[in-house]
Amino acid sequence: MRIRTSAIAALTAACAVLGVGLLAGGHAQGQQPEQDLSEKEIERYRAMISDPISNPGFLNVDRGEQLWSLKRGAKNVSLETCDLGVGPGKLEGAYAKLPRYFADAGKVLDLEQRLLFCMTTLQELDTKDVIARRFSGPGRVSDMEDLVGFIANKSSGMKIEPQVSHPKEQEMLAVGEAMFYRRSAVMDFSCATCHAAEGKRIRLQGLPDFSKPGKAAQETMGSWPTYRVSQSQMRTMQHRLWDCYRQMRMPAPDYASDGLTALTVFMMKQAQGGEITVPSIKR
Amino acid sequence: MNRITTCILAASAFVFIAPALAQSPAPKVDPAVVEAFVAATWKSTTGDWRARVDQDETQKACTASNNEPTGPLFDQIRDRETAAVIFPADGKVLGDWKKGAQVAQRGTGGQFTDQANTYRGGNCYACHQMSKAEVSYGTLGPSLNGYGKLHRFDAAEARKTYAKIYNSMSVMPCSQMPRFGHSKFLSEEQIKDVVAYLYDPESPVNK
Ligand code: HEC
Ligand code: HEC
Repeated sequence: MRIRTSAIAALTAACAVLGVGLLAGGHAQGQQPEQDLSEKEIERYRAMISDPISNPGFLNVDRGEQLWSLKRGAKNVSLETCDLGVGPGKLEGAYAKLPRYFADAGKVLDLEQRLLFCMTTLQELDTKDVIARRFSGPGRVSDMEDLVGFIANKSSGMKIEPQVSHPKEQEMLAVGEAMFYRRSAVMDFSCATCHAAEGKRIRLQGLPDFSKPGKAAQETMGSWPTYRVSQSQMRTMQHRLWDCYRQMRMPAPDYASDGLTALTVFMMKQAQGGEITVPSIKR
Repeated sequence: MNRITTCILAASAFVFIAPALAQSPAPKVDPAVVEAFVAATWKSTTGDWRARVDQDETQKACTASNNEPTGPLFDQIRDRETAAVIFPADGKVLGDWKKGAQVAQRGTGGQFTDQANTYRGGNCYACHQMSKAEVSYGTLGPSLNGYGKLHRFDAAEARKTYAKIYNSMSVMPCSQMPRFGHSKFLSEEQIKDVVAYLYDPESPVNK
């Protein structure tokens, strides 16, 4: 508890500095010195929150490990024989190669879709409750966030290896890219409106540029799932995309739907070779 | 705790300091396939929200042309959007500049987590400099500081500005600026107020 408090204290300090520095100087001209100071402050806070012991996301990892071996469903079996793409029950490096094509499902799945598939087919678990708790909240844990935290952590230190050789994977990549540039809704926004230029920042956090492959995409995609201090919860890419569509004034996208997987394939492709360090911790 | 809350509120405010034209590579997939994925992603969306998923002709054309329409397509979009501008019945385009400051500053409303009556702001500052006193502004759009003065507080110019804000694409097809009136995101009154914010000699924009 003490350790966790210190991470939050560091964030508070960073926010306090940023509150003055970035809010005032973020995109205005001038104010350079304050901004430099803020950068340093962010760095300091990043170093601190990357420390596994002060990152509450590791509680999710622990819970996820238990869920992985928990027997449930009509078949009363665990998920331990679920094939995440690198062999039944094999976890090391699986996340680094997701989303990918699964012959048994006949389509490309991200980790969350794959877990739902295994729950349904292996365990014969009614996933209604799991889906209802897809995003955790006060007094509501999410099996999916816990499982993703656990499984993704088994790829920590590895490089992102997008799977784009199967025709279905290539189709997903192209669809994801098209969806990234698709303008819609009352603001006429696309993802590119906010995520297609270098070095832009919204206050504390940068706005990663996904329009080209490289560092911004690598650092971003390599840091999800993440513990979000502002929400006091572990979050997965499904939640991030839900949140961005909210900002776009689009309706809420369906959880674990194919369009979100397509977008993830596109962003993972731009992030190829990036190092995975998860769960990370973010604002 | 307080600071955290403030920080979070500040950071989650609706702000986009966005880039202009995105460089989308040529489409490699049949648009019908993309639309099938889109339909599947919002399968459970119903009612009024449904309309937000589908693209109108202009959104389609802008997406397909990578926001750089040329030749007849450019004219087609401009003419269509121009025809869709609705001016106030009494012809008055200047409202209350003080209320206009709110429209320019606030970025709330219209999200699926909002109430239907949540205040809707234009969030002009996310993309434009306006009053010199406000230093937190984005740079996607040009600076509008001194806008009214620059246009000599001219009535005909103010009418053009009303049209621009009502429907940015009537002036500049595939602009990144939302079509605030066309989409009914802002009301006629709010647009008049923000035009006044740009044109009133007393407004901080012209100080
Ligand atoms: C209106 C602006 C806006 C649009 C449009 C938008 N986003 Fe975002 N996006 C943001 C903001 C703001 C953040 C978060 C920055 C923060 O929380 O500090 C963000 C964060 C992200 C992140 C995580 C970044 C990180 O550093 O961890 C991803 C991934 C992302 N967006 C993808 C998308 C995709 C895909 C789309 C289109 C479906 C999209 N965004 C549309 C504003 C936008
Ligand atoms: C998402 C970013 C964005 C937002 C939000 C936005 N604009 Fe713009 N605006 C632009 C861009 C980009 C241009 C330049 C291209 C064009 O003319 O459409 C522009 C141009 C303009 C112009 C024409 C400037 C000139 O050269 O004469 C006016 C006036 C204007 N905006 C007013 C507003 C007002 C008022 C609001 C808030 C109600 C607003 N804008 C919100 C992006 C934005």
